[in-house]
This record gives sequence, C-alpha cells and structure tokens, in this order.
Amino acid sequence: MKHDMPAIQLIGLTKTFGTVKANDHINLDVHSGEILALLGENGSGKTTLMNMLSGIYQPDEGNIFIKGKAVNIRSPKDAINLGIGMIHQHFKLVDLFTARENIQLGQRNNQAFSPDEVCKKLGLKTDLDKKIYNMSVSEKQSVEILKVLTRGADILILDEPTAVLTPQEIESLFKILRAMKEDGKAIVIITHKLEEVMNISDRVAVLHKGVNVGSIDTAKADRFVLTQMMVGRQVDLQIKRALAKTGDTILDVHQLSITAADGQKELQSVSFQLHAGEILGVAGVAGSGQKALCEAIAGLQEISGGSILLDGKRIDGLSPRDIIKRGVSMAFIPEDRLGMGLVGSMNIPDNLLLKTYREQPGILLNRKSAKNEAARMIEGLDISTPGLNTPVQKLSGGNVQKVLLGREISLSPKVLITAYPVRGLDIGASMRIYDMLNEQKLKGVAVLFIGEDLDVLLSLCDRIAVLSSGRLTAIVDSKFATKALLGMKMAGLRTDKEDAYA
Amino acid sequence: MPKTYALSRYHLVQRGDMSTFQTWLFRLFAVFGALGVGGIFLLMLGFNPLHIYWTMLKGSLGGPGMQKETVKLMIPLCLTTLGVALAFKMRFWNIGAEGQICAGAIAASYFAYFHNHLPSPLLLFVMAIAAIIAGGLWGLIPAYFKTRYGTNETLFTLMLNYIVLYFITYLREGPWRNPEGGFASMPRFTKQARLPEVLLPGIGNVHIGWIVMIVAVVWMFIYLRYTKQGYELSVVGENMMTARYAGMPVKRIVMRTMFISAGICGLVGMLQVAGPDRQLTDAVANGRGFTAVSIAWLSRLSPFGIMIVSFFFSVMQKGFSMMQTEFRIPGSMSDILQGIILFFVLGSEFFIRFRIAVRKEVKA
Repeated sequence: MKHDMPAIQLIGLTKTFGTVKANDHINLDVHSGEILALLGENGSGKTTLMNMLSGIYQPDEGNIFIKGKAVNIRSPKDAINLGIGMIHQHFKLVDLFTARENIQLGQRNNQAFSPDEVCKKLGLKTDLDKKIYNMSVSEKQSVEILKVLTRGADILILDEPTAVLTPQEIESLFKILRAMKEDGKAIVIITHKLEEVMNISDRVAVLHKGVNVGSIDTAKADRFVLTQMMVGRQVDLQIKRALAKTGDTILDVHQLSITAADGQKELQSVSFQLHAGEILGVAGVAGSGQKALCEAIAGLQEISGGSILLDGKRIDGLSPRDIIKRGVSMAFIPEDRLGMGLVGSMNIPDNLLLKTYREQPGILLNRKSAKNEAARMIEGLDISTPGLNTPVQKLSGGNVQKVLLGREISLSPKVLITAYPVRGLDIGASMRIYDMLNEQKLKGVAVLFIGEDLDVLLSLCDRIAVLSSGRLTAIVDSKFATKALLGMKMAGLRTDKEDAYA
Repeated sequence: MPKTYALSRYHLVQRGDMSTFQTWLFRLFAVFGALGVGGIFLLMLGFNPLHIYWTMLKGSLGGPGMQKETVKLMIPLCLTTLGVALAFKMRFWNIGAEGQICAGAIAASYFAYFHNHLPSPLLLFVMAIAAIIAGGLWGLIPAYFKTRYGTNETLFTLMLNYIVLYFITYLREGPWRNPEGGFASMPRFTKQARLPEVLLPGIGNVHIGWIVMIVAVVWMFIYLRYTKQGYELSVVGENMMTARYAGMPVKRIVMRTMFISAGICGLVGMLQVAGPDRQLTDAVANGRGFTAVSIAWLSRLSPFGIMIVSFFFSVMQKGFSMMQTEFRIPGSMSDILQGIILFFVLGSEFFIRFRIAVRKEVKA
C-alpha cells in the first residue's frame, strides 16, 4: 500500500433529508497518524457525515474510500470490519459487567488485540476488572475506546467526546488521543468548541450548512478565523455581564432532595437563593441533577425533601397549573425545547397561546391577539420564519429558542429558569440570547442559568453554583472563580486549600 | 484486508413537503393502479373488468334508489370515523368504536323496547341521549385506566369490543328474545321508536341521520379549529409534556375527549337500530369501527376529508354488493378487490413520504 494513501477519503458525499441537504458534496481526507477536528455549529452536518462513515446512514451520492479502496458501508458491522470505530456521546455498555467483559462482549475469537496490550501501549490506567457501574464517566469513555481498539480499529471517530467531561478529564482524554496518534491511528474528533480544536488537532475541517468550507492546519489557524469559517461571517465573541443592582431574594431553594422512581438520588439537600436582578449560573457535567432541579422548581418533578419558596410562598408540591393559579409568575425554558415548552407541529401564534388561552372568556379560542403578538415578536426579536403559519419545528434552533424565550418573557416573569438555553444554537443566535438574559436581569428578573460552557458561565453570570452528582459543591462569585476551580468542584473534589484546613 | 462491496445504486430518500393537491393526485393514481391490478384478477376469473367496474358505479350511484342505499351506508361510516378521528387527533388509539356503537345501540334499544309508550320525538330524543352516554361511558373505561395506570388503550379498547358484542348475543338468546320468533332474534321496534325520514334533495327520503351527519361534520370542524377544548386536545396529542408544562389538566382532557369520541360512536348505534335496522342485532356495528380507522387515516383526520373518503368507501361497498348479486361473483372476490384498493392507497402514502434515489457514481 502506498504511504500517501489517506485512511479516509470522501468524494462528493451527499445526504438529503426531505428538502434539507445535510451534506452537500463533501470532500474530505483524513490521514493516518493525524488528528482531524471536524468543526461546525449544530446542524452543520458533522454527525450526519460521520454516521455515513459508521454505517448508520447511506449516502445519496458520492463515494467513500478507505485506504484507497471504494467501499459501501451498509451497517455498523461493515464499519468495524473496515477498521472504523465510532465513540458515541452516549455509551453503550452493560453496567453490571466489568470493563473486560464489556470489551469481549459479542466478539467471537476475532479480537485483534488483547485489552491489556492496548492499555499498556497507550499508557491507559483503566482497571479492566472494575464493574461499569462503579466507573466515572471518563473511565467509561476509556472502556469505549478500548472496545473499538481491541477490535482492530485504526480509524477512530469521536462524537463530541468532551461534553460529559470536566476540564481535568478532558486533558487526560487528550493524552490518550495523542498516544493513539503516535501509534499511527487516524482520528476524527467532532466538536463545536474552538478551545479544544486548537488544543488537540493537527488539522481542522469546517462544515457550514452541510458544505465543507475548508480544511486548514491548526498551527495556521486562530479562533477568529475558525469562527468566521464556522459562522460564515465575523462575530463579536465578547459576552457582556450587565451591571445591575441585586435585589431581594426571589427564589429560595432549601435542602432540596429528589429521588427518582428507580431509587437514584438525583439531588441531595441542595440549598441556594436567587435574587432579583442577578444571573445565577449552574455548572456541572451533564446529568449532575440539573434537569431534576429545574423541573422541581417548575412543578414538573416530585421532590422527596426540602422546600422551594417563591416570593416567600411555598411552591413545592404544586403542579404547574396550581403555580399559575396562584398568580406566581415563573418562566421556564426547558433544555429540550420541542420536547417540552413548545408544540413543534404548531405555528408561532398557537405556541404563544399555550400559557394564556385559559384567560380568554367563553369556549371559543381567539387567535387574533396571538397573531398580532406573534407578528410583533417576529419583528422585535428578528425571528426568521417563512410566515405566521409555519410550524415551529421547521425553524432553526435559534429561532425556536427566540419563540420560547420571547413568549416566556412577554409574561413578565419574576423568575426565569433557563436550562442550556443556547444548546444547538449558532454563535450569532447565542449572543442574542445572552443579550436577552441580560435585559431581563436589568429589569430585575431573577435568572437561573444552567450552562455547559464554563467560559460562558464565567463571563455571563454573577454567581456560579456547581453541581456534582446531585450535590451542590460550591457557590462562587464569578469574578473570583477560575475554570480550574470550577472543574475541581464539578468533579466533587476539594481544593488544596480546603484540604489544608481539613 | 477489508472485503470489497458491491455498491448499491438504489435507495430510499425522504421527500420534502408535498402540496395537498399533489398528495391527492398521488392517491388518485393509486386508485387507478388498484383498479388495473384488480382488473387482471377479474380477467383471470373470466370477467370483463370494465363491465364490472361500470356495473359497480351504476349500482351505487346510477339512480335515486341506489344513491339512497349508498347514503344509508355512508351515514354510520362517516359519523363513526368522526368519533375515532377525534380520539386519534389526541393520539389516543380508539379502535373500540365497534363496541361503543354496540353500547349505544343497547341503551337506545332499552328505551325502544320498554318505554315505547312515550311520544315519538321524546322517545327518540331519550334514545339518542342514552346512546351517547352509554357509548361515552364505554369509551371512558379505557381512558380512565390509561390516565390512571398507563394501560395500553389499543388493546383495551379492542378487547372491550368483544364484551359488549357478546352481551348483545346474550340479550338475543335470553332476556330480550322475541317470544314469537322461530329462531333467536329480538323484536322489531314499534313505530314511535323509528327515525323519521327527511327529503334529501335529488335523492329522496332518507332517515334523519343524514342531517345529524352534516351537523356533526361542521361541529367537529369548528370544535377542532376554533374552540379552546379543540386546541387543548391537539396540544395533548402533539406533545403531552408541553401540555403538562403549560398547566393543562391532561387527564381531564383525555377523559373528556374520549367521552365525546365514544359518545359519537354510541349515537351511531342509536341511528342504526332506529333507522335502517329497526331492531337490535349483533350486526349493528358490522365492522364499521374498523373501517373507520382506515378512513380516518386516509382523510388525515380532517372532518370534511372524512366526509369525502367515507363517501368513496360507501360507493365501493355498495358497488361490491351490486357486483356480487349481478355477476354471482363470490363475496370473497369483492373482499380481495377491496383489499387491493386499500393496499394501493395506503401504499401510496409511503411514496408521498419517500422517493427512490439512484446514486451517481464518482470517479476517485
């Protein structure tokens, strides 16, 4: 085999969903012994492209060459046979088995390498005989990586591998990736975080609206160039923190505990206070209890202990309906907007009616005011939509979020709870959302902001609370906080200073 | 070395949105396709398909007498479909219309048999109300268990059909059996308990059910589109979590909608026993509850669409029965033809959503 043959070569790869071209004639090369970052905003087609490589989708047009050979990847099994290993965001491991058992699962004697061998080669310290349920997220991820490597994969695709990791864990993942690169593997890492691209990759390929807008060597790139390629225009990346006077306590969460139906403790005596005119950020790796916290406050989740006071009145144990009936104005932006909060198949006016239709007199529904309100909102928030009658699920993520946030704000709430409000949004739309949150803060609204990007949390929020496995490990003033500190708290560790006093 | 693979040239691709006109055009093609394939079957049996299709059309629409029979088939079909469509709109899979029709028919018949001293308009009114309540309550049972315990409504409503169907058989064999009849049957209704006939312009006198049908279609159109309750049930159907989030009383909405849905089906039972049947039989529902499921889907739950599609179904059914008597074609043949048409039309839905793409080859 010739040496300069790329490990993966994609030529004119196209995939269409309905009228949307998720991938439009994409050409891409990945070589052995390099780490390629596939960068792009949500919906730019990164995952679609990689799913075609791992046999989940079939391309409509174009060809895939693996080590110079044209291939047709019909299933994930084909992909494995070709030496392509995909590490998904959600792990597929059997909790009750050990790492070794998970690795051996489903493989009749075709294990290319033993897991011990691979561990040694990469300097991995994974305990192969530990049960999965005893493992941390990053350990589980290592097991997933071991799984594909022992099957002889020499092309690795990692889909947003850092989303569930603390900053410290990300560093150790990168160490593994570098070791694999030294070993001659071709590695593709899908991400939308610029920091990581600069940190780990040799080359960057940027997707924008399904088109490969270019590949450049990371050494020659900087954050601004990449952003411009990714967004398609220049963007001011500065997030401002509005200066507002912090007022009275609006929301008082006291010793809140939540136990899920399966007995898992989602929150364990979490206490904090949220004041008028402040943005309180909540940091934590995904699944640390953020969802349960938001839904408990909104009355959608039963609590097992503690209390929630809004404006001095207890609201725990009340349903959303009861909370509305008591005249408490709370706005909630859930993390999965089309799953909860909006009705995807309905148009903007009908979605605006959700919280106000009950106040209309009579049995008939009057849509006139909602239509006017919708027209005003489209104008005011710069929502791009083909028309008033377009179902909201046809809008882009940013516009969907503007509809939801716009509706909730129009009810002039006292408390605004937002869970990952910029998830899936492009940079421009994200900035607009931050502005809207700042405006609310200036109006004296108490804002709870569940976030994932620590840089954003640090620059937008006044204080940051850190959740780690359902416990509140810190509340810090963001002026004095650092990413390293937040990372330690997210992992549930104590800082050196505290240890000194312990 | 990895295996090499043959490249597949054809695969399915999702389509973009089609206009309503295009989708109806597609379905029309499907019907013609079905008639074509059905024609081959008929040819093999030694019949002239064109002749047979012509007879079917004549037999269902060829004169006032035929038209009247077709309308009589259409009334229960259209109303039943309106009923199930209401529940379907809420994503509540009510396939228990069959049983709800029976429940309504039993309740109406009770008054027809035991309170026939009442003046006719009052008696009919009481029968209608009783039928709506009985049907509605029969539908409320699965709704209650669904909201309370999360039971599967599809199985639940289906099973309830058989209970009430065999209850009619029990009534026929025992308590309500006609003492004068030679074989087990129930007595015919007295005059007071029969629906009056009203002139349907151009066709002749048809029992008053046709007015009920038109009123119901218009009512449902308004209910779904312009009332708060209609709005609530669509939100619950589209997204239960959002409904809860917005503070809607989800359980109450589910129960209320299901009561109305089943109540309409119950009313169909009353219209059948007091209309064409003039007595209670175990054939009062006669599979309409299931046919209604197909019609509901084909009409995409739109009230006027339901009226149009159930008209076509009635034409088809009337035409088939004509075909059977005229040509002595066995009933199973008309079932096959009906099956082919349904297969094509429902199959066309697939091609409305997907198209077949051919992959272009690219040289490396």
